[in-house]
Amino acid sequence: MSAFFANLLFTYQSLIYGLGINAILGLSMYVVLAIGQLSLGQAAFMGVGAYASSLLSVKLGLSFPVVLVAAAGVPAMLALLVSVPTLRLSGVYLAIATIGLGEVLRLFYVNWDYAGGALGLSGIPDRGGFFTIFGTLALLLAAAFAVGRSRIGRAMEAIREDEQAAGVMGIDVPRYKLAALVISAAIAGIAGAYNAHVTAFIAPGDYAFDNAVTILSYALLGGIGSPLGPVFGAFLLTALPELLRPLHDYRLVLNGLIIVSVVIFMPRGLFSWHMRRIGAAK
Amino acid sequence: MTDALLEINHLGVRFGAVQALSDVSFRVEAGTIHGLIGPNGAGKTTAFNVISGLARQTSGQIRLAGVTLDQLPSYRRTRLGLARTFQNIRIFREMSVLENVLTGAHVQTGGSALDILLRLPRFRAAEREGVARARDILQLVGLESRAESGAGDLAYGDMRRLEIARALASNPKLLMLDEPAAGMNPSETQALRDLLLVLKKRGVTLLLVEHDMQFVMQLCEEITVLNFGALIAQGSPQEVRRDPQVIEAYLGTKTAHKLEQKS
Ligand SMILES: Nc1ncnc2c1ncn2[C@@H]1O[C@H](COP(=O)(O)OP(=O)(O)OP(=O)(O)O)[C@@H](O)[C@H]1O
Ligand SMILES: [Mg+2]
Repeated sequence: MSAFFANLLFTYQSLIYGLGINAILGLSMYVVLAIGQLSLGQAAFMGVGAYASSLLSVKLGLSFPVVLVAAAGVPAMLALLVSVPTLRLSGVYLAIATIGLGEVLRLFYVNWDYAGGALGLSGIPDRGGFFTIFGTLALLLAAAFAVGRSRIGRAMEAIREDEQAAGVMGIDVPRYKLAALVISAAIAGIAGAYNAHVTAFIAPGDYAFDNAVTILSYALLGGIGSPLGPVFGAFLLTALPELLRPLHDYRLVLNGLIIVSVVIFMPRGLFSWHMRRIGAAK
Repeated sequence: MTDALLEINHLGVRFGAVQALSDVSFRVEAGTIHGLIGPNGAGKTTAFNVISGLARQTSGQIRLAGVTLDQLPSYRRTRLGLARTFQNIRIFREMSVLENVLTGAHVQTGGSALDILLRLPRFRAAEREGVARARDILQLVGLESRAESGAGDLAYGDMRRLEIARALASNPKLLMLDEPAAGMNPSETQALRDLLLVLKKRGVTLLLVEHDMQFVMQLCEEITVLNFGALIAQGSPQEVRRDPQVIEAYLGTKTAHKLEQKS
């Protein structure tokens, strides 16, 4: 009996953690899309954060705050390397540059014996938890709103709408793009660290291209009129498969159908409310 | 002659097989309204694009207030005092009218990333100040009542005025206007003329591309005429209007008849 309840709790706990972690991933996607760039590397950045943090926890036994700094910093540096060559090109090139990133990294993990090779890493200590995850989400959301409602948010929206016109406004477009990708990679890396430390186990295949598409679909479903869009999109897409569980085999079909219908019939996403971009009343 | 704000020296621009500009030189004196005219495809917009850094010249130099612009990206040119509008309206349609003007004031607007993240009082003060200034500019162009509207919902003539307001927000020394009167009705055109005269009085130098000849002739003290990418005439409205090459370039067009009637 108690085992049954423990099990039930465990099931819901992982769902609740998943909601928070995926919402953070949705925000990481938002930071890039809000500036009109398309990155298909968010899962890869998440994976780098997961591996970097797990190795530091498992092999060196470092404390979690230190581990988190690495979880954000290492993917941020990778993003810097990836984006510098694509900066002056249009958004599509970033998508192409990041598309293969997940696959390259997967092969790297598989062949990296120190990190467990194909078997992955297990025995990652249980760190973080509910308050850490949702506290981070709340902080990031507040930060995204504060930044969105300032000259930085206006510059990002200007770049998203018309890069050349934004440059003519005096906005240093390449610098903004670089900052957006680096910050989004850091956020994804933190989500990766949380995920690794609540599931105790990571494997090379966890951060592949299909995961990148899932993260993108959080933002597509929720919309990018405000940072809340991708967060709700992530909540919905994380909860939906669970809610549809009684449908057994049909649930994935319905899940896909819902996503496709939203994209077709509501191109601005379910949550199309547009945030104001001025940081002071009146 | 010494206080030219903008100096264009032997400017050449080639797009593949198209020589859009060849060996064009002219100077825009500070404090003047300078016209840049020519038939369709003459290279006027190309000149604007090269001056503002959206296209690169294949030869020649551009100097703004003595500073060579040639290798600078467009945002640096804006910071040196250059602003422009676009012939094919390029406002930020998904922002409000007020937000568009504030975006134009990007360089002026204060607040570091940390101020913004912590929403410090000095950040909020800077935002309030920016909004007040943006409202003043909107009032100047006659759009104050539309401040909260979506920019994409404006009427055509209002979009053109928003382009001007957004460009003014950067406090430019030189404002380049690419066909600001296009699609405006006579009363809007009249209001635009008054606006440009106010700007001139305030010390903004204007470089004006416009097909409405009456508008150009009334406003400009100096006019540069391009045809097929080459400079064909330069001088006061009276001189340009009588120039045989200019009349020939416009021959057959309605404008030519207007020009001839007037001279
Ligand atoms: N990016 C480009 N690539 C190739 N050709 C171009 C490009 N931009 C302009 N051109 C060509 O350069 C020439 C000059 O065009 P431009 O737009 O500067 O003319 P314009 O004087 O502004 O004309 P209009 O009065 O019709 O606006 C045209 O032949 C045009 O087709
Ligand atoms: Mg033109």
